[in-house]
Amino acid sequence: MKAPAKILEISGRMLLVWGVLALISCPACSRPEDSSETPGRPAAAGPPCYGDTLITGSIGEPSNLIPILASDSSSHEVAGLIYNGLVKYDKDLKLVGDLAESFEVSKSGLVITFHLRKGVRWHDGQPFTAADVLFTYKTMIDPRTPTAYAEDFLQVERAEATDPYTFRVTYKKPFAPALASWGISVLPGHLLEGRDIMKSPLVRHPIGTGPFIFKEWKAGEKVVLAYNPDYFEGRPYIDRFIYRIIPDSATMFMELKAGGIDNMGLSPLQYARQTEYRKFKENFNKYRYPAFAYTYLGFNLEDEKFRDRRVRQAISYAIDRGEIIEGVLLGLGQEATGPYKPGTWAYNPNIRQYPYDPVKARELLQEAGWRDADGDGILDKGGIPFRFTIITNQGNDIRARTAEIIQRRLKEVGINVNIRIIEWAAFIKEFIEKKAFEATLLGWTISQDPDIYDVWHSSKTRPGELNFISYRNTEVDALLEKGRRTFDQGERRKIYWRIQEILAEEVPYVFLYVPDALPVVQARFQGIEPAAAGITYNLIKWYVPKTEQRYKIVTVDR
Amino acid sequence: MATYILKRLFLMIPIFLGITVISFAVLHLAPGAPTEMQTMMQPKVSLEARARLNAIYGLDKPLPIQYFDWLKRLVRFDFGRSFSSDNRPVQEKIMERLPVTLFINILSLVLILVVAIPIGILSAVHRYSLFDKATTLFVFIGFATPTFWLALLLMLVFGVHLDWLPISGLKSLNYEYLGFWGKTVDLGRHLILPVLLSAFGGLAGLSRYMRSNMLEVIRQDYILTARAKGLPERVVIYKHALRNALLPVVTVLGLSIPGLIGGSVIFESIFAIPGMGQLFYGAVMARDYPVVMGELVIGAVLTLIGNLVADISYALVDPRIRVR
Repeated sequence: MKAPAKILEISGRMLLVWGVLALISCPACSRPEDSSETPGRPAAAGPPCYGDTLITGSIGEPSNLIPILASDSSSHEVAGLIYNGLVKYDKDLKLVGDLAESFEVSKSGLVITFHLRKGVRWHDGQPFTAADVLFTYKTMIDPRTPTAYAEDFLQVERAEATDPYTFRVTYKKPFAPALASWGISVLPGHLLEGRDIMKSPLVRHPIGTGPFIFKEWKAGEKVVLAYNPDYFEGRPYIDRFIYRIIPDSATMFMELKAGGIDNMGLSPLQYARQTEYRKFKENFNKYRYPAFAYTYLGFNLEDEKFRDRRVRQAISYAIDRGEIIEGVLLGLGQEATGPYKPGTWAYNPNIRQYPYDPVKARELLQEAGWRDADGDGILDKGGIPFRFTIITNQGNDIRARTAEIIQRRLKEVGINVNIRIIEWAAFIKEFIEKKAFEATLLGWTISQDPDIYDVWHSSKTRPGELNFISYRNTEVDALLEKGRRTFDQGERRKIYWRIQEILAEEVPYVFLYVPDALPVVQARFQGIEPAAAGITYNLIKWYVPKTEQRYKIVTVDR
Repeated sequence: MATYILKRLFLMIPIFLGITVISFAVLHLAPGAPTEMQTMMQPKVSLEARARLNAIYGLDKPLPIQYFDWLKRLVRFDFGRSFSSDNRPVQEKIMERLPVTLFINILSLVLILVVAIPIGILSAVHRYSLFDKATTLFVFIGFATPTFWLALLLMLVFGVHLDWLPISGLKSLNYEYLGFWGKTVDLGRHLILPVLLSAFGGLAGLSRYMRSNMLEVIRQDYILTARAKGLPERVVIYKHALRNALLPVVTVLGLSIPGLIGGSVIFESIFAIPGMGQLFYGAVMARDYPVVMGELVIGAVLTLIGNLVADISYALVDPRIRVR
């Protein structure tokens, strides 16, 4: 049941920490004409009004609603509506204040000062102050806290609450991703201080500052939230938010059609083939925009076959990305050229491209010494035929089919490819972490901050770390280090653009495609404005006209 | 009889220990520890963070020690705490889900008994009749149909197209606001498909089994004798033959309890029912060792009890078993 969400799981949850919900989108980037589907019926007129319930379906159940302790996207998705961070990404993916009214970074980049909003109250009525932020920081770095995300906070040299509404952190070295790291949910210090956080009732009954107040959690069934009447950005129009747990995606799709849930993310097949009839279009609005993710074919660079750059370039030329996007994503995606999303500021559009060109591929392979000496159709070098295995994880049909298309195309240039599909845990543990693979088909989620140190720096090649293809390039290393020490966006853009040039030249990965996010929402919901951040960034502004409201019963008590 | 039961009870202890050792070993042999499932392939999670989580959960200790720690707790009926990030006691997690699973399984067991046994008898008595052929066909369809496929098909027909039944879950959203009868009807409507589905496979198997037993018995000499004495056919079949034919069915029923619970994994996931099966599936995927072990223990205990009950009832109805 986990499998279908594999693309997102890798670092998708990190996006959620920053308060951006699962359905992430693209900025004004590229194709505006199809960045959102035309609504199936005209938007009903009338001013926003209060009431009704939004029911969302989720494959997984949240595990812990103290978000720093949870590592699953369901927990972060729900907790994101209950808590706030100091900062958040706005609809255009710019970092803005959330619980912080404003913030400033010192010239040296070492000190960040947050000026907090006044008058914000926790859901239990207590005032929110800098003491809560300090408590959250201390909890993050406490070795007894079972959190996986201490790393960014261990870089802090000193944190202090200079007055109830000012919070200041000092870093040992300038650290550009630092600012975004303060998007983590701020916890209520007055309820947790001096207690064992693991055994706190807040694990299952969270108290935050966010737009929705926790109501109930029925294990395996649903989580219910109700509107926060005095949310600092204004009371949400929707009265209730219900998060239903439906482990099977086919069941969820039927629940959607039958009215049991109001929104979900569709698969390309569901989007293109199973929802294109009149009744569905009347009842639902479909949206479409590039997801913050890409899929790639990664080479194990310690493997003799892939040492030669010309071989990797040849493979890149031999693969027809357009064919993969048409055949597997049913056109619902675009070509990837590097580790950033087309249209975002870190994306470099002027790098070497690899259009489908089998002739060039064969030439490059020949240059690298691979020729078909024995005439069996398979290239060889020193008597060894060119064959390798692509491994990918089980439960992701899209990847399996992508591998098959690659297999066929590579055969045409004389490379014999095997495909092995392995259960997720075994796949990572036995093959990826041990570097026991030749090539792998995988995906990464693209984070808002362009720092890609963990995936590309040569110090991250130990077993279990993310540079499992063993990519080593001194210039890239230096750029990555510089990139995280630089705050100026213009400067950083130069750094990351240069990295993309190098990656395009070296082809450690064959970047394949950026899939589209395909959310669908029941048509009675108004006020949805697709933007760079997706559709859920303005959830508190969604509303249902009085005449179309379905659920009336709501009781809100504190 | 008492010694027989006592002997059986004592025998259960080593069997139980064996089951737990094997389960524990197999579980830990599977690649991926719970902490790894939570942290792997995530930037922002360092190897140090993973090591720290391992220490917090005691996963850095040698396996035998982990097992004995677990066993020591089990003796005190403490299943430990879940390794998922909610860290709740395993008992609590299982107890909130056990009733649902048991309830559905008992319902489907009753359904199986009520439907399968008469079908089996009738098709044995009227062998090669149209009824027998029809049920044979039905049974083979039952064996051959994948449960999840049938479940989705029924959902599509009754839930989406006809809109007669709810698709998933156990209760409607407005359940709390309904009266007693409203609640019963609501629950009933939600239960129809899952109970039908969970009974479906068993129905096919048991009716076949009943039929072959009945056929076996009808061929026996004493039935011939009973007929020869001029007893009415009804008495021959339902008094003499049926009692003996039911004997093995009792055993099979006892043995089918764990199978039903295993089947829960599939239909509870498909129908989004918050039961043990769903919990188990999630726990296995997340390598949540304490929860998986907790469920396996409960499954083992239920199996052992099922066998015991089957054996005892067998001994009760058939004196030949007792004497030994």
